Amino acid sequence: MTFCPEELLASVIADLIGDVRHVAVGNASPIPATAALLARERGKLQGIGRPYVSLLGSPKHTFWTDGGRELFDCAGQGRIDVFFLSGGQIDGHGNINLVEIGPHERPKVRFPGSFGSAYLYYVVPKVILFRTEHSRRTLVPQVDFISAPGTSEPNVFRTGGPIALVTNRCLFSFANGRFRLESVHPGHTVEEVTEHTGFEFDRPASVGETPAPSPETLRLMREAVAPELAAVYPQFARQVFGVGAFAE
Amino acid sequence: MFQIAKPLDEALAPVTDGSMLVVPREVAGAPMAATRALIRRGVKRLHLVALPTSSLQADLMIGAGCVATLETSAVSLGEFGPAPRFSAAITGQTISMKDATCPALHAGLQAAEKGVPFMPLRGLIGSDVLKYRDDWKVIDNPFGNSDPIVLLPAIKPDVALIHAPMADRFGNVWIGRQRELATMVHAAARTVATVEKIHDGNLLDDSVLAAGTLPGFYVESIAIAERGCWPLGLPDRYAADAEHLALYAKMAATAEGFAEYLDRYVYEKKAA
Repeated sequence: MTFCPEELLASVIADLIGDVRHVAVGNASPIPATAALLARERGKLQGIGRPYVSLLGSPKHTFWTDGGRELFDCAGQGRIDVFFLSGGQIDGHGNINLVEIGPHERPKVRFPGSFGSAYLYYVVPKVILFRTEHSRRTLVPQVDFISAPGTSEPNVFRTGGPIALVTNRCLFSFANGRFRLESVHPGHTVEEVTEHTGFEFDRPASVGETPAPSPETLRLMREAVAPELAAVYPQFARQVFGVGAFAE
Repeated sequence: MFQIAKPLDEALAPVTDGSMLVVPREVAGAPMAATRALIRRGVKRLHLVALPTSSLQADLMIGAGCVATLETSAVSLGEFGPAPRFSAAITGQTISMKDATCPALHAGLQAAEKGVPFMPLRGLIGSDVLKYRDDWKVIDNPFGNSDPIVLLPAIKPDVALIHAPMADRFGNVWIGRQRELATMVHAAARTVATVEKIHDGNLLDDSVLAAGTLPGFYVESIAIAERGCWPLGLPDRYAADAEHLALYAKMAATAEGFAEYLDRYVYEKKAA
């Protein structure tokens, strides 16, 4: 079956999510949202009723009734298992930068800011880094500003952190403070990944191709996930799945 | 009885030059009509706290020269791109920026709500967010063993400025599910609320409405501002005006375009 890049990325991310209780997805993240809803459909098929999916910014897909703090309080208690973060820069230590490029005293470029990253990165067990632009501009040796560090000293309370980085070219896993190239997406090569990555990473002797989404996965995404997604990300659902928003 | 529904400019009197002003993120309802009124008045040197992020509201106030210090976790126009006046103010060093992370702002206001001097928060250690906040401290958790934890001082705003669907003639304001407005209001010394309309009867008499009601005890003044969040949306009431926000993003990209925007939409033409 043919598939588009967005479907491949969502499939990769759904596999990373695995069997967990609660996945939260930030605003403006249609591909992670697709993956989270796919994981939920898989859970339904297996009759386990997990994971619960919170799509932040969508009142219909969040249960919060105690203000913006409830998300963070939930996370602090370990009630959120998976979250997604990105960065204007991501470095080889898993540090992410959502603040600025250039010296802090006189930045050249200012990004919006750190949002909840300086907290959630520490307390959500599986943080999946997602950055479609895979270039030496985004994947750098050392970030200019650490919004949240990839690792912490052993005595720093930390129940969470990055487990993987998904880009438009490949999948990296993250452990012990380093990225490891796990697979390259169909149509891309290891050489190309090396050429466009600014940080050092572990590279096994043989690196496989990211598996294509199975027909079952594609069917779930297109038939079960896409109509749900259309209510939150109408433009994305139309472009990728050709689905319009359903009247409710 | 509480004097209800003052003219907007009169209701905004508690916001003075140099005030610490706390405002909510746009999904909780940003008081935009009030923001335009403050800009028209020419308020200066605000310490603006946005819980925990902001979009058009902070960008507009920064661009109009109302803000000396900004304390928040992010400013962005979301799908309409970066916040241009915010970015220009940071790279041009015309405002002082206190970068935070979302739960730190919630926690700082919660400390003020409780009348305690600080609140501890996990995370942060090893980040540059902490490194550049000399008002935050790290201590060893007194109940633990070699367990560093960050302490955040209480954030005690002079004024909380909110917009809500309705208020009654007793000064009670219905905020519904937007509970962070309650945190802001509890933390601030005084509160100014704009509302879409006045509710007949007492909101606290109806147990269903009472659960989402902010008691008038906390509220200094109220003004009616219909579609008071425009061009942003008010949850469950009206959506953001996407066309206008796209226009703003385009015009505010340059200082000249932004000045023209102010002339057209803030100084002369009131919100449609």
